Amino acid sequence: MTMLSERQQLSYIAAQAADARLNVELETEGMTLNIGPQHPATHGTLRIIARLDGEQVVWAEPVAGYMHRGYEKLTEVRTYPQVTALINRIDWLGSFANEVPFILAAEQLMEVEAPPRAQHIRTILFELSRIANVSLFLGDLGVQMGAVTPVFMAFRDREYVLNLIEGATGGRFHPNFDRIGGLKDDLPKGWIDETRQVMKKLRNFCDEIEDLLFGNEIFQSRTRGIGVIPAEVAKEYGLSGANLRASGVDWDLRRDQKLPLAYDKVDFRVWTHPDGDSWARCWIRLQEVREATKIVDQLIETIPAGPVMAKVPRIIKVPEGEAWVSTENPLGEMGYYVVSKGDLGPFRVKIRSASFNNISITPWVLKGVYVPDIITILASLYFILGDIDR
Amino acid sequence: MVERLRADLGDDVLDVHLMSEVDVWVRVSVDAWRRAGQALRDQGFDYFCFLSAIDWMPSPYGRGEDDPSAEPAEDDPSASEIRQGYAGGESRFQLLARVNDIRRHVAVTLKADLVPDADGVMTAPSWIAVHAGANWHERETHEMFGIHFDGHPDLRNMYLPGDFEGFPLRKDFPLLARMVKPWPGIVDVEPMPAAADGGDES
Repeated sequence: MTMLSERQQLSYIAAQAADARLNVELETEGMTLNIGPQHPATHGTLRIIARLDGEQVVWAEPVAGYMHRGYEKLTEVRTYPQVTALINRIDWLGSFANEVPFILAAEQLMEVEAPPRAQHIRTILFELSRIANVSLFLGDLGVQMGAVTPVFMAFRDREYVLNLIEGATGGRFHPNFDRIGGLKDDLPKGWIDETRQVMKKLRNFCDEIEDLLFGNEIFQSRTRGIGVIPAEVAKEYGLSGANLRASGVDWDLRRDQKLPLAYDKVDFRVWTHPDGDSWARCWIRLQEVREATKIVDQLIETIPAGPVMAKVPRIIKVPEGEAWVSTENPLGEMGYYVVSKGDLGPFRVKIRSASFNNISITPWVLKGVYVPDIITILASLYFILGDIDR
Repeated sequence: MVERLRADLGDDVLDVHLMSEVDVWVRVSVDAWRRAGQALRDQGFDYFCFLSAIDWMPSPYGRGEDDPSAEPAEDDPSASEIRQGYAGGESRFQLLARVNDIRRHVAVTLKADLVPDADGVMTAPSWIAVHAGANWHERETHEMFGIHFDGHPDLRNMYLPGDFEGFPLRKDFPLLARMVKPWPGIVDVEPMPAAADGGDES
């Protein structure tokens, strides 16, 4: 530079500056896209902030908390029987399944076991809520990709299942039917025959959905190879249920743990898929509805006779101790860590809900995908907002 | 499993509570929190279940179902005594986490005592390096209990507004709904005939 005249120096600097400006102008500008809080794909109010480079997501983060109801705090001022009315509302599409692990944890602390008939009926209702929950997912899946027909079919056939749940428990969405030591009531007359019919309808529904949706070319091209989650990452984030099995991890709490439920009396298959993409997650759920109908079919033929309620004191006091019980809920592993101080109500309840872990993987899985795939990936991860925020 | 963990961590394994056929609780020192997670992960406990905390102090507000107009109960020292659960402990706050080994179908619940420093801040090493899924769980625990996680990149609130004060799941945080309006259940409570002369009404 010392060799150059002042004029030359100035022109050099100007050229450098112009170059720099050109570089700045050529760089594509990032854009921040806000999805939600209210979007049909979010099953409630989840907001997603995505920073885009063109059509590609550079960084994405879900913002939860629009539906936080503070159940962990509220359980501390409720008695044990009152808690079931609250936790019904965590995953509102499969409410009965929410009650079971909490009741089992309380029973474990009290060293009470429900009579065999109650265990049996519990398992039936558990699987029915899985069918009601996941069949809606299967219908909703079409809506996310622009197909409207499946959702009408799903609502039509879910209605039959809800009628069954209503017939047995009195509540369509929030049964509040499970009690410490058994169930509130026995099954009504004629319920078993009706269940048998409904299970046939649901199997037809699965076949229809498989033809209509899973056989559809657009559906396949939008889900296959999209949003791949390897098994190692899935376990690290604590994904559970169909999301984990779609990554090839063979783990199902119905089969792999010993609980006082009737799963050891039935024959069912745990499906896994090696791909870990959106397609695999949807396909596993379809198979799970089928398996659930088979489980219900087997169970209604073999309900043992006897009472539905064990002998428990009228005022329930749970002895001091800690218990963890989790079950394979429609959305994945749902568990309650119950700490009791020998009081009428729990001292602390940690609610481990499946969607909280399932959705915490989104920053990882959305990195690098294209904008339209955000929706299909979120839909295939399948979450319920009440299950994230609690 | 416990033996191998003892071999890996030495004296940092403080207590073990084993209920056969049910569960295992292991209490480690808070400095070894991340090492314990890593050691368990290396043993095959690679499924991250949850991470949270417990406040062992009994709530000074009771269960919020007492009649606010009633005379306060006599001071019962046992009512404010801090009693820890399985695997013991010394501090008011304890960390709680659970990891599973999916192949062997076993799980372990880890605990660690949290001691506040001079400023009253409790700090624990973050588990993000061990299980990436701990991210949101630690954010939630930070928000609800005010526990700081060392090495966590982003401890923003998940649920509450950013300028919210207090830590809702601490026992000394009152449940405001119960403070502004008495529990409607108390209206129906009539003293039992035997208890009418001076017995407690709860």
